[in-house]
Amino acid sequence: MTVKDNKENAPPRTVPIQSATFSNPINAEIRRAAATGIYDIRGGGAKRRVPHFDDLLFLGASISRYPLEGYRERCDTKVTLGTRFAKKPIELDIPITIAGMSFGALSGPAKEALGRGASEAGTSTTTGDGGMTPEERGHSTKLVYQYLPSRYGMNPDDLRKADAIEVVVGQGAKPGGGGMLLGQKISDRVAEMRNLPKGIDQRSACRHPDWTGPDDLEIKILELREITAWEKPIYVKVGGTRPYYDTALAVKAGADVVVLDGMQGGTAATQDVFIEHVGLPTLACIRPAVQALQDLGVHREVQLIVSGGIRTGADVAKAMALGADAVAIGTAALIALGDNDPKWEAEYQKLGTTTGAYDDWHEGLDPAGITTQDPVLQARLDPVDAGRRLRNYLNVMTLEAQTIARACGHNNLHNLEPEDLCALTMEAAAMARVPLAGTEWWPGKTGAGF
Amino acid sequence: MQTYDLAADGLRGLNATLQAQSDETNQTEWTIVNPRGSHAIAVGLDAPIEVKVMGSTGYYCAGMNKQATVHVHGSAGPGVAENMMSGTVVIDGDASQYAGATGHGGTLVIKGNASSRCGISMKGIDIVVHGNVGHMSAFMAQSGNLVVCGDAGDALGDSIYEARLFVRGSVKSLGADCIEKEMRPEHIELLRDLLARGGCDAKPEEFKRYGSARQLYNFKVDNAY
Repeated sequence: MTVKDNKENAPPRTVPIQSATFSNPINAEIRRAAATGIYDIRGGGAKRRVPHFDDLLFLGASISRYPLEGYRERCDTKVTLGTRFAKKPIELDIPITIAGMSFGALSGPAKEALGRGASEAGTSTTTGDGGMTPEERGHSTKLVYQYLPSRYGMNPDDLRKADAIEVVVGQGAKPGGGGMLLGQKISDRVAEMRNLPKGIDQRSACRHPDWTGPDDLEIKILELREITAWEKPIYVKVGGTRPYYDTALAVKAGADVVVLDGMQGGTAATQDVFIEHVGLPTLACIRPAVQALQDLGVHREVQLIVSGGIRTGADVAKAMALGADAVAIGTAALIALGDNDPKWEAEYQKLGTTTGAYDDWHEGLDPAGITTQDPVLQARLDPVDAGRRLRNYLNVMTLEAQTIARACGHNNLHNLEPEDLCALTMEAAAMARVPLAGTEWWPGKTGAGF
Repeated sequence: MQTYDLAADGLRGLNATLQAQSDETNQTEWTIVNPRGSHAIAVGLDAPIEVKVMGSTGYYCAGMNKQATVHVHGSAGPGVAENMMSGTVVIDGDASQYAGATGHGGTLVIKGNASSRCGISMKGIDIVVHGNVGHMSAFMAQSGNLVVCGDAGDALGDSIYEARLFVRGSVKSLGADCIEKEMRPEHIELLRDLLARGGCDAKPEEFKRYGSARQLYNFKVDNAY
């Protein structure tokens, strides 16, 4: 018998099967952890698949509803934030704002571009951990000043220059966690603004230094209002974990606006395990928060801004249909500026990654010049061009949301409502509390039938 | 001298009036009566005025102060002189939690004791406490000086950066990365000035200095616990 005969007569072998539990990415992470002894740090938000706006569909008008003409009939997009207590509420042309991102995490030109793009589109941008830079104040017609646990760069002059103040309790990428800016990004200017030695790994505290709990927060908000003559809208930003209670407590503490950030919301840097395993999907946050506002009789009086994975006008419309007054974008805005652009693929390859997957924002080596303090890299970003791209993107999202609203028969984005939606999955139906497509039912709903 | 009755005329009017004072004001002396533990008294000031508060205050008295001298003739609630930028704040009695939190500059003098987290996240402020300070004082303290003429509680200077801590009495325990450091002549001189500014007659030589071991400045796995 020859060797060939042996092979031909051998019984069929089992096809190699990869484990769903011990997948190649999981195994690679085990090997990386075993080799280095340290957890993985990265930027961005949750990458895992979670129920999201993609799992919802709009029910356009037909006989039972009357649509508006798609191009010409009026569909208002303006939103006013801070109507509850502030003497000077913020009026925005569109309900899409730019989320807080720090100078330090982002380059100066990137912050300038965010200000330019947002201003041209008639909306606001937001500072981050590290204080307010003259560039972003100068290029932002509406600037929200974040009040964070670290209080880096915090001072009463900038507080008064702001158009609104956002007390940051948490963010969706890492609710319960503090900030992190690794030494590579602590340049001379960043170090000076944060009053820290250059090159150290900078930690921002996970809780505020001078208040704990909602009763204290109420007094803290009083202080901020007293310092700013009750002019500025006060936002309270929370990461999505217990949205009903956190929203209710923010209202109790005196917030004008609640900002609710789901787990797809990005961060400049934190542990991967934190990003992927702590917090709620954005979709799961909205209805409980709106319920809290309704139960307290302040829905629309206290505005709700939703963020975390907003990418398209459809996402905007869906968030608003579920009860949000506005949305905020962070990661999407960076992509509009030029983050993860295929033109840098060769450089992403050198960094061991690829277009669309680059998330080592903490290392300060961003080929696109956005998440870096390297003067050579950041010079690659033209803030005027990048700002124009952001403006275009914001305009497109607005047009898309208007298109959907008109198709549903609404002459104002704020008239979108849950009844305009259905869900493609049981999970999305349960979270959004809208019917599973083709039914009148969602999990938890009592009663049935058309 | 101007007198403001807080109980009668309200907080908003008080702060609006004090905040309206400019560098050139000739109304430089103010007395606040009936503070009755109110919150946010004399916050956001930015003029070289002297404000006397005739009684105890609630949260955040003299918050974010610039230039002004605020003297509390009583005790102060949580967060007194939080995020102070410049000027002077004096508390005749005790101060509650977070005194001088995140202060960027100026001088805070507490003639009694300070509770926990005194000088938390301080960023350049000088704090002189005649009595004791509670646990977690100078947590994540970035810069400035904390002088404690009495004793310090648990976990003093936990995760401290470049702030300097001077304690005359005992320290119950030091926090992560906080160590005792050599008291060199320049520190004696610095402390002498701080004690003088704080109206304290203690001798600089009686103090020990504490600061950062700088072992947590760059994250490495051996720091995790």
